[in-house]
Amino acid sequence: MEDLYREIIIDRYKNPQYRGHLDPNQVQFEDDNPLCGDHIEVTLQVDANGRVTDGRFDGKGCAISQASADLLVESVIGKPLDELKQLSKQDVLDLLGIDLGPVRLKCALLSLKVLKAGVYGLGEASDDLVE
Amino acid sequence: MSLDIQAIRHDFPILSRQVQGGAGLVYLDSTATSQKPLAVLQAMETFYRQNNANIHRGVHTLAEEATAMYESAREKVAGFIHAASSEQVIFTRNASEAINLVAATWARASLKAGDLVVLTEMEHHSNLVPWHMLAAERQVELEFVPVTADGLLDQDVYRALLARGPKLVAFTAMSNVLGTINPVKEMTRLAHAAGAVVVVDGAQSVPHLPVDVQTLDVDFLAFSAHKMLGPTGIGALYGKKDLLEGMPPYMGGGDMIKTVHLRSFVPNDLPHKFEAGTPAIAEAVGFGAAVDYLQTIGMDRIAAHEGEMIAYALERLEEVPGLKVFGPPAEQKGGVAAFTLDDIHPHDVAQILDRDGIAVRAGHHCAQPLHEKFGIPATTRASFYLYSTPEEVDRLVEGIYKVKKIFG
Repeated sequence: MEDLYREIIIDRYKNPQYRGHLDPNQVQFEDDNPLCGDHIEVTLQVDANGRVTDGRFDGKGCAISQASADLLVESVIGKPLDELKQLSKQDVLDLLGIDLGPVRLKCALLSLKVLKAGVYGLGEASDDLVE
Repeated sequence: MSLDIQAIRHDFPILSRQVQGGAGLVYLDSTATSQKPLAVLQAMETFYRQNNANIHRGVHTLAEEATAMYESAREKVAGFIHAASSEQVIFTRNASEAINLVAATWARASLKAGDLVVLTEMEHHSNLVPWHMLAAERQVELEFVPVTADGLLDQDVYRALLARGPKLVAFTAMSNVLGTINPVKEMTRLAHAAGAVVVVDGAQSVPHLPVDVQTLDVDFLAFSAHKMLGPTGIGALYGKKDLLEGMPPYMGGGDMIKTVHLRSFVPNDLPHKFEAGTPAIAEAVGFGAAVDYLQTIGMDRIAAHEGEMIAYALERLEEVPGLKVFGPPAEQKGGVAAFTLDDIHPHDVAQILDRDGIAVRAGHHCAQPLHEKFGIPATTRASFYLYSTPEEVDRLVEGIYKVKKIFG
């Protein structure tokens, strides 16, 4: 728990590297966590080979939700979309470098949920996507 | 005479535990649930060690003792809220179930399509959703008394809504977010004059203020044991006798019947008519012990202590730059301070406070419409009870400055 607000999380929260909105984009999705008001939008640009060439997130919420979105978007740039479908809860926790209780886990995983729902082209983001 | 807080704290073993690397616990989440004194824990343990049996109808010694203890708890709870008789106190699982009981029985039997139900914008979800469900089923119309910028109910709109002849008015006696203490007696008088039945959510008021249902003249009052030093799993519905007697039963099962035949049943008398199945017996015993404990200290003194606590807390919190407390000034408020801090998300505030052993709640506190009204998704909430100290407020404020430093 001492590591929950690691420097990287506070730093990415205060100075996000990938905040914004890409237009045009090939993948766009947004969702929120009504319990705490966290909101995340992810936009990706994808080349003809199905590889992510650029990505951005936008939204508001707690440090954990925003920092994890920033780190997640950074981590997927250059990867093929198919690989994004394999991303799991653990991948996000590894990016953050922390362990989280169930309530804060929802904050951390919102961006992954949004990203995967967008990649799969789904109408809604289900919790099953981040199990 | 003020409370001997150190002696009181001694009765609550959990308050001396340490959390998070040795920090002493600062428990500021009593509005969610209170801590329990030894007297309650011991009463429940003694019941299980000495008296445990199912209640009613048993002829053996233990069954008679358990029945007497269960019914004695009911009498204590009835006495605590000054009910005219203990049969007007129905044990439920909690305040939510108590409100659901009224919605599912009295309201279903009495309301028809187009009838007006008046609620308020400061309600806990437990005094909203049962009425949403009823509205969906019975096409009753719901209207809401607005909350003013100072966190009070707009009494002018309330009067205007009453002029439309509602059949039911349901409101909280004390907001679990704003801390607002509503004028229950006056609002009830006006509602009765308009011909409405009054349901009061007492989940926050009964634990913290002296409550006399006969003086207030409310028709129904719902509350939970766990917010008033008792165990989880038990609460109560107070109701006026003629209303309770006229209501159909709630759940069917054992204990709630007088006679059962293959194709019919005759419901039991009050209060058993509404208590199907084996109830939370040990919890009732604990509830009774909690009420005894509160009465020994005195609800007037507890309310006065909380008044001092909230006045001090508001004074200290309001000196923090970027901190905004929601709700009315201390004199119209119970021991609840919900606040925002700059643009820092309440989850982050609460999590950082937790590192110093400070337990506060972050979220919408089951009052999402109220937060929408103020245009915020969530608040951080510190709440106080008879065991809270000014030093704990100081630790909270110190912690808040730490949060500001991390996010500054």
